[in-house]
Amino acid sequence: MKSESAPISFEVNGAPASVSAAPMRRLSSILREELGLTGTKIGCDAGDCGACTVLLDDAPVCACLVPLASAEGCSVRTVEGLGGDRLTALQASFLANGAAQCGICTPGMLVAATALLEGNPRPAEDEVRDALAGVLCRCTGYRKIIEAVVEAHRFVSSDSSPEAAAGLVPPPLAPPHRGEGDRFAAAATKRAGDRDWAAVPQNPPPPCGEGLGVGVPAYPMARPAKSALGSFSFPPAGQAVGASPVRLDGVVKVTGADRFGADVFPADALSLLVVRSPHHRAAFSFGDLGAYVRENAGVVAVFTAADIPGVNRFGVIPAFADQPALAEGEARFRGEAVALVACEPWAARELDLGKFPVRWQVLPALLDPSAAQAEGAATLHADREGNILVRGFVERGDPDTALANAPVVVSGAIETSFVEHAYIEPEAGFAAFDGETLTIAACTQSPYMDRDDTAKVLGLARDKVRIVPTATGGGFGSKLDLSVQPLIGLAALKTGRPVALAYSRQESMMSTTKRHPARMQAKLGASTDGTIVGMVFDGEFDTGAYASWGPTVAARVPVHASGPYVTPNYRARSRAVHTNGPIAGAFRGFGVPQATIMQETLYDELAEALGMDRLQLRLKNALRNGDETVSGHRLEAGVGIVACLEALEPHWKRALADAEECNASAGAIRRGVGIATCWYGCGNTALPNPSTIRLGIAPAGKVVLFQGAVDIGQGSNTVIAQIVADALGLPLADIELRSADTATTPDAGKTSASRQTYVTGRAAEKAARDLRDQILSHANVSPAARLHLEGGVLTVWEGEVRRHIDLARMEPDGRGLVFSAEASYDPPTTSLDFKGQGRPYAVYGFGAQIAELDVDLRLGTVGLVKFTAAHDVGKAINPLLATGQIEGGIAQGIGMALMEEYLPGRTENLHDYLIPTIGDVPPIETILVEVPDPEGPFGAKGLGEHVLIPTAPAILNAIRHATGVSVRKLPATPSRILAAIRGESR
Amino acid sequence: MTRYARPKTLDEALALLGEGAWRVVAGATDFYPALGNSPIRDDVLDINAIGELRGIGETETHVVIGARTSWTEVRKADLPPAFDALKQAAREVGSVQIQNVASVAGNLCNASPAADGVPALMVLGAEVELRSLRGTRYLALAEFILGNRRTALRPDEMVTAVRVPRSVTGGRSAFVKLGARRYLVISIAMAAARVTLAGDGMIGTAAVAVGACSAVAQRLRALEAELSGRRPDEIERIVAQMALNELSPIDDVRGSADYRRAAVREIVARAVLAAADDPSRRVAA
Repeated sequence: MKSESAPISFEVNGAPASVSAAPMRRLSSILREELGLTGTKIGCDAGDCGACTVLLDDAPVCACLVPLASAEGCSVRTVEGLGGDRLTALQASFLANGAAQCGICTPGMLVAATALLEGNPRPAEDEVRDALAGVLCRCTGYRKIIEAVVEAHRFVSSDSSPEAAAGLVPPPLAPPHRGEGDRFAAAATKRAGDRDWAAVPQNPPPPCGEGLGVGVPAYPMARPAKSALGSFSFPPAGQAVGASPVRLDGVVKVTGADRFGADVFPADALSLLVVRSPHHRAAFSFGDLGAYVRENAGVVAVFTAADIPGVNRFGVIPAFADQPALAEGEARFRGEAVALVACEPWAARELDLGKFPVRWQVLPALLDPSAAQAEGAATLHADREGNILVRGFVERGDPDTALANAPVVVSGAIETSFVEHAYIEPEAGFAAFDGETLTIAACTQSPYMDRDDTAKVLGLARDKVRIVPTATGGGFGSKLDLSVQPLIGLAALKTGRPVALAYSRQESMMSTTKRHPARMQAKLGASTDGTIVGMVFDGEFDTGAYASWGPTVAARVPVHASGPYVTPNYRARSRAVHTNGPIAGAFRGFGVPQATIMQETLYDELAEALGMDRLQLRLKNALRNGDETVSGHRLEAGVGIVACLEALEPHWKRALADAEECNASAGAIRRGVGIATCWYGCGNTALPNPSTIRLGIAPAGKVVLFQGAVDIGQGSNTVIAQIVADALGLPLADIELRSADTATTPDAGKTSASRQTYVTGRAAEKAARDLRDQILSHANVSPAARLHLEGGVLTVWEGEVRRHIDLARMEPDGRGLVFSAEASYDPPTTSLDFKGQGRPYAVYGFGAQIAELDVDLRLGTVGLVKFTAAHDVGKAINPLLATGQIEGGIAQGIGMALMEEYLPGRTENLHDYLIPTIGDVPPIETILVEVPDPEGPFGAKGLGEHVLIPTAPAILNAIRHATGVSVRKLPATPSRILAAIRGESR
Repeated sequence: MTRYARPKTLDEALALLGEGAWRVVAGATDFYPALGNSPIRDDVLDINAIGELRGIGETETHVVIGARTSWTEVRKADLPPAFDALKQAAREVGSVQIQNVASVAGNLCNASPAADGVPALMVLGAEVELRSLRGTRYLALAEFILGNRRTALRPDEMVTAVRVPRSVTGGRSAFVKLGARRYLVISIAMAAARVTLAGDGMIGTAAVAVGACSAVAQRLRALEAELSGRRPDEIERIVAQMALNELSPIDDVRGSADYRRAAVREIVARAVLAAADDPSRRVAA
């Protein structure tokens, strides 16, 4: 496409713009790359996700589908232009309602909602759904987004200024004048919490991400907009835990200023293109790579496995590291990287990778775990006989005898599919040398693991690799594994130039991990009064071409497959089997969601066989304090499953009565109600997984918190700060965040296994208490003393005693802190013996959900009516964030239950691979149950994965209740449901 | 180096089409996804600046929908109830973002078996207006869309309008889409129906078309003939009896052939019932 055409002129956010570029360049690319407006996100480049939604002459369009030429003479509005340097009422409502989690879909949502609100300031819920249906969100479950749009009008100032008339909220940039701040704060906190807080009188904490710029000033790293948090009120000292202040990193998420992996590329960076296997299994060889570089203008270099200076094997579990950064001679799955092309950005746009000199020799692929285990099957990895990566086993009592003697026994089998994480942000980042240190800024869930594995692949010392996580647009487990890091690192190492790479949607879907497909069988026996006497479970998990988290799945499943029930006789086996399918790794629950589908649907069949109420059967067998788990772990305290089930009882009765009424008249639509539970151990299974937190007091009068627990949207930036505030005894607003950076923050472990609130929270609590002790001892006062930080003076009160510590007169340490503390916490677990007995986790979380739905008996379609979710979180550090996790987990559970099935080569985009839209998530009523765990910070337990586990089995149980039939293969698509209703075996 | 042209008049566009091979681009909502991350290799003829291709008008004989008319414009247009199915389909073409730019003609030229606009246009007896330097011709939709991604468009031609004979704009119509999620979904199957009722409440004429159950959407002529002259309360029974031989559904990621065969009968019945305006039986798929 020729690019020497005349400049194309249009208006962007009210200012004229003129761009000389190819007329068919996508408007999204122009906005981001030529105009620096990176608030417009690229999620799919196909109009499927809506993340790039902008207003073109006031109409929402996907900027990825608009040729630059179509903008000629038009007005374009992006998220940056919604409120300029202030927040609009809608943006304020998003913050107050917790409608932004990771924030990657937020700009598209805000722009689409703005178009709606400009014509209809008080839309009804269905109008919001219609208007926002083109924007996908993977974190929130959409409910808080709908609330934020419906309630946006409440955030419009009553002020008669022109700004107020335009729906703009004063005054976000400067610390608020008391009156204005209070007026707005009142509106915000009515939704966010139930206490009447005063507005914070001093500068609020800046959003996270500022730490990104440290030491790498040459690159356009995150430059968050000046904070608008001052417009919101924050809880006073001692009241942070249990409050729902707006997220501390929230403002940049609603202004478009947050910087995700693809938003930080330096102008001088080379673009990296990845040559990938189009075959499930193929040997390959290269043609003349030197000639390729010479003959293609703008191509700087080509790299293959032969160029890797270190060990070309990485993996999240070092003992199982088996994945090459670039394949060596044979690709083991479709999408595996085999070569890299580094080129100038302009050349990247013109290069057709189809002409790369690689010859493929297709080899027979094993795509089915049964075939992979068959006698004589080729092995993917020489040392893994029968393609078995690992087996898991837990046994307790004598299940065979128990089941043989049980008066009531039920059994069944269920199969699940590959599930794609489908975060809206494809993997992206850049690498560059800063002196001798290779710095990688990329989205991730696990900066320290990234550092260690990247250093290994590149043959660098660990301290010569620095990982600076960008904002991460969703992770859900897949961004625990390396993706772009070794590739951009290699190219930067070899070329000496910054190198940037953003995966396309297809690359992201092909090459990164999936949820393991499972084939499971189980048998469950009970006495006639409904007491469970025994259970056996067998699960086969397709772990794909490389190990990733397969061993963790195989270990977790047998420990959890009993559900949160007393099961005295039990045997569970699992195995992770290699195939040439996509790599299966971590996905919210590490195999437990699959196992729970088997177990919880069997509980419904058992209830039917016993003639018992389904909730009562669960309540009767639920674990209580003092009971032992199937791993022989005696739970002394904090077991909240009974409390969850009891909280649901009235809802259960109401839902059953509603269903009976709905079904009284015959018709095509039948109402069903289902229930399912979960339990989930927080943190690594029977392995150490410490977190370390550092914090201190800066002379300027701030608590500086080095918060290394990566916030991928779940809220650790806010939750950890809330814990620190109360443990330290200072207000939340005094805290200044330094987000994860392997050069500056201590290792707070990976964001996975629902461990950050609990494990990092405990470390933070400990560090904060240590810091408090130091201050108290410095002031020579007792633990009852109160602290106050203002204007560089730390005041310590105790009764009549009032000591002023002039921070500026103290000698700061190397980090600029005058008091500082660092603390680590590692959950007290034990390893498991050969029968899987031991203490695999120190803290468990519990939950139960009710699904109400309608099944169309003639079409096999499901219309979800309502979810009621009760989750025992121990202590809700931040109730708004906790309900956000629950709603988001339910949305992913809905997808897994009803529509999500990743088929390599067939569903590598977001229109063939379906995730729930805003129209697919019904109202969710959340009950936060608080049964404190003595081990957790302020009694808190993990939550992030628990929330997804009960959803799919609750849906399947409701479908069975509605129709009388069980669907044995997930997702329960209309095809499969109708086939089950018609008695066909599909 | 590929070429790019953005003519302002239809004559200029036809002249360009007459001198070389061009890829005609309007809303580009199929163009970019098909391109993926590959560079553009075709010469692009951008018809977005041609004002005369946009909008809906009437002649003495036809309702004429300009080729570049967007689905949003269709949805908002003041049209008789016979176009209700088309308006309902307009709401289902991707998302609002897509509907704001995607064109009616593009939906036809893309020739996807699951094109949401096609069944609704078929029950309106729509024809495609094709122009080139050599002249103008009109093809019925079934003659224009020849197969999966295949049309009768000649290299020097472009679609300039879709037109609906005024003689078939009577009655009401309805569209039922079956997908695996609520919004933004490629149809598993879809049905459009247009029904005119005689003064005695009997069905006068019925037009029924089904998409995503054959390579090209199909009119169900046998069913239409059977419905004529019958009472609306006989619709379900009549649909249940038909062989629906016009359809040849396949297995794909969205649903099995067996499922489509079973479900399509149901959505056809629902579409016909809705078009016959029996509100008590109206159920969305």
